[in-house]
Amino acid sequence: MERSEAELIAAVLQGDAASFEPLVQKYSPRVFATARRYARRESEVEDIAQEVWLKAFEKLKSFRGEAPFEHWLMRMTVRTCYDFLRGHQRNRESSFSDLSESESDWLQKFVTAPESASDQADAAKLLIERVLEKLSPQARMVITLLEIEDRSVKEIAGLTGWSVPLVKVRAFRARGEMRKILSKMAKDQYL
Amino acid sequence: MNVTELQRKLIAAARAKAPDDRVPYAFEKRVLALIPGMNPSNDVALWVRGLWQAAASCVVIAVLCGAWAFFSPGNNSGDDLSQNLETTLLASVDQGDQAQ
Repeated sequence: MERSEAELIAAVLQGDAASFEPLVQKYSPRVFATARRYARRESEVEDIAQEVWLKAFEKLKSFRGEAPFEHWLMRMTVRTCYDFLRGHQRNRESSFSDLSESESDWLQKFVTAPESASDQADAAKLLIERVLEKLSPQARMVITLLEIEDRSVKEIAGLTGWSVPLVKVRAFRARGEMRKILSKMAKDQYL
Repeated sequence: MNVTELQRKLIAAARAKAPDDRVPYAFEKRVLALIPGMNPSNDVALWVRGLWQAAASCVVIAVLCGAWAFFSPGNNSGDDLSQNLETTLLASVDQGDQAQ
């Protein structure tokens, strides 16, 4: 008979580490999907996921069971991803002069006829990845959660541990930061 | 260039691309392999680890104090260490002789 989540957690807390395995199996896809939003290299994604699960095991005692385990785990995942972003602030100062041909073409198309530049194009997806990489960790986190994952401010506050007003302030600043980066991209391309 | 429109388009592009949720083969086994030794309910292990760390710190402090006492210039003047030790150990015997 399949054991419930609460039973598995209780067993782990009593010293049966093997009971942790079904939890890892069940929730790893979500942890990996979240980690892939912030890390590009597969080795980095795996490091994040591994760290999340080790932290989850270590702090399992603090899980009180008031909210679903998944929520508790996702909070830990988002915070681990944020730590990762803060520790890997690379390429933020580089210019946009090295855009690929398809990216430049898409941008050119957008300049000449914005409606013809499809947001489904692969080039647009590559471009947004470049832009996100240039954002500060806070801005990237808030843009990803708010604009891309379409989460509410309250949800973001719960996930990140920031207060609601702080999320709002950071969202405002993040949008500004993103616009600045996009302007720089346009300048690098056309000046 | 309309930056706001560009921002909207790029955000829409990012939304359209859901991240891959693939998990590497036997990932859970790898996590489990890293876990033995860190038991969340094992308070004794925590205490043992803490006490070992404290013991190691004490040894380091003792060695440093010993080195400082031994090499500090004030202690190098005058009597021989072995002579001082002998005098101290035999102090009671000397006192006994004097009393007689």
